[in-house]
Amino acid sequence: MSNPFSGNILFLDRDDINTDEIIPAKYLTEITKAALKPHLLEDLLLDGFSAPRDIPGKSAVVSRSNFGCGSSREHAPWAFEVNGIRLVIAESFARIFRQNMFNCGMMAVCLPEEVIDEVFRRFAGRPASVVTDLDRSMFEFRSDSDRWIVPFTLSEFEWKMIRAGGWVNFADATYA
Amino acid sequence: MGKTVVEKIIDAHRVDRLGEDVIVVRLDAVFCHEITTPMAIADLVERGKDRVFDPTKIKAVIDHVSPAKDSKTALQGKILRDWARRHGIQDFFDIGRNGICHALFPEKGFVRPGYTIIMGDSHTCTYGAFGAFSAGVGTTDLEVGILKGLCAFPLQKTIRIELMGTLPEGVYAKDVILSVIGTLGVDGATSHVIEFCGPVIERMGMDGRMTICNMAIEAGATCGICYPDETTVDYLWPFIQGEYGDRTAALEAFRTWLPDPDADYARVIRQDVSNLKPMATFGFKPDQVKPAEEMQDIAVDQVYIGSCTNGRIEDLRVAASVLKGRRIHPRVRGIVSPATPAVFRQAMKEGILEIFMDAGFCVTNPTCGACLGMSNGILAEGEVCASTTNRNFNGRMGKGGMVHLMSPATAAASALAGHIAPAERRTP
Repeated sequence: MSNPFSGNILFLDRDDINTDEIIPAKYLTEITKAALKPHLLEDLLLDGFSAPRDIPGKSAVVSRSNFGCGSSREHAPWAFEVNGIRLVIAESFARIFRQNMFNCGMMAVCLPEEVIDEVFRRFAGRPASVVTDLDRSMFEFRSDSDRWIVPFTLSEFEWKMIRAGGWVNFADATYA
Repeated sequence: MGKTVVEKIIDAHRVDRLGEDVIVVRLDAVFCHEITTPMAIADLVERGKDRVFDPTKIKAVIDHVSPAKDSKTALQGKILRDWARRHGIQDFFDIGRNGICHALFPEKGFVRPGYTIIMGDSHTCTYGAFGAFSAGVGTTDLEVGILKGLCAFPLQKTIRIELMGTLPEGVYAKDVILSVIGTLGVDGATSHVIEFCGPVIERMGMDGRMTICNMAIEAGATCGICYPDETTVDYLWPFIQGEYGDRTAALEAFRTWLPDPDADYARVIRQDVSNLKPMATFGFKPDQVKPAEEMQDIAVDQVYIGSCTNGRIEDLRVAASVLKGRRIHPRVRGIVSPATPAVFRQAMKEGILEIFMDAGFCVTNPTCGACLGMSNGILAEGEVCASTTNRNFNGRMGKGGMVHLMSPATAAASALAGHIAPAERRTP
């Protein structure tokens, strides 16, 4: 686990999780990222989910389609970041959320629906983790009794963002 | 192969290509408000790069919480205000001159066909109503926009939606876009631009076109675009008459942004609106839409008319035509927020504010406020709001509250009835 994109998984089994659910607008009056920490996923509509119980100790999220839809607030990636979560794996993402993640040097990775289904089937509902191998573009999902290696692909732009540590660093070094 | 509107605009602004699928474009304008900009400013200061690429191309407004409601929002306003002064940003709109960004900036003439615009606000897609490519972005994109005047976009595909027929009485732009979102789904247009065209758009004023483009993001779209035409030229004329000899010359210049006849569309949808009914949302997603007449058993506690979607003068006129000479239901709290000072002033001149007040509405100053549960009309747990805003997400207007999105006419009719009720007739 030598890179920040590995660790215990928080499973969010729902489509269309929006950024108002990830961080409600009333907290957008904060001007430090750290102040967002206690409010991550506060308004999430998901049976059985408890933010204070389920978030601590997690480093990655696995979810379904259209993750991060709605508002453009970068407070959503930041709220994950200050909780130690720098990787979201989902079937698909809303454009702005995905771009915001890579702009911050974080990862938002799409996997096909059938792979996401399989990850939920084999790893959700028990302690599970993911190890991200950036050199080989592989995720290794792990639980006590199971292991599964899944390849992923990122665009050239997304790799550049991860290597540069985000869009400000990249743009500042690249453009006059 | 010909090009769509967004392909033409991006080609004309292209600075770099990063890999197969990302284009870096030069920006014609960067718009800023007090919620998403302060963190960009703070980061620039921390990096020792407290600069702006061009103070004349940056426009800033305090709109989300205005007047400030507490120390935190006061500080956000102060950070933006100090920054605008420090960098000589002339087009900064503070209280007294401020309004909701997506209504105010078009009104000030800051948008042109063919422009590239970003803002740290997802409803930036609104400006496509003028034939611009405008996109909501996060704070990091905004920061680079402020510093470099550049933004990176994944290649955009285009969906073309041809709106045919004639809108029935009581049916408006809001009903059209709710119906379109219902058809596409909340991710049906992700990383796509939607071109809205056809006779319904051609007959529509700029206010209605902005309502439609404003909600393109609710189907996941990067931007909604209408083709610039005589209506666009007429709206912009006070700002462009120095540049063009006459309106025909302006129109000719704007027409260069129209799509080529052989442009390549990911999808073409043709929808006849002639039988469309007043619509409203149910549930917590904007694609959960059905005719308002099927939801008349839903009692409402609050009716909210305003926002970047429906707080313009046309919206207020329509709502007032429904309310005129009547009182809202005694159980309903009515709130109307004209989107800009100009809208407020015009509504005052036309006697519209008086109609609202006679009906029992509270008239607030221009602000985003209640739409995102910030101020000026937050719901209590279990309360229901009939609203002309753009998002019905869980908790959007207050934790535990329920939001039903609808047109100003239907919202006004619901205020009178005390429950969701379609506005069937357009009063002359």
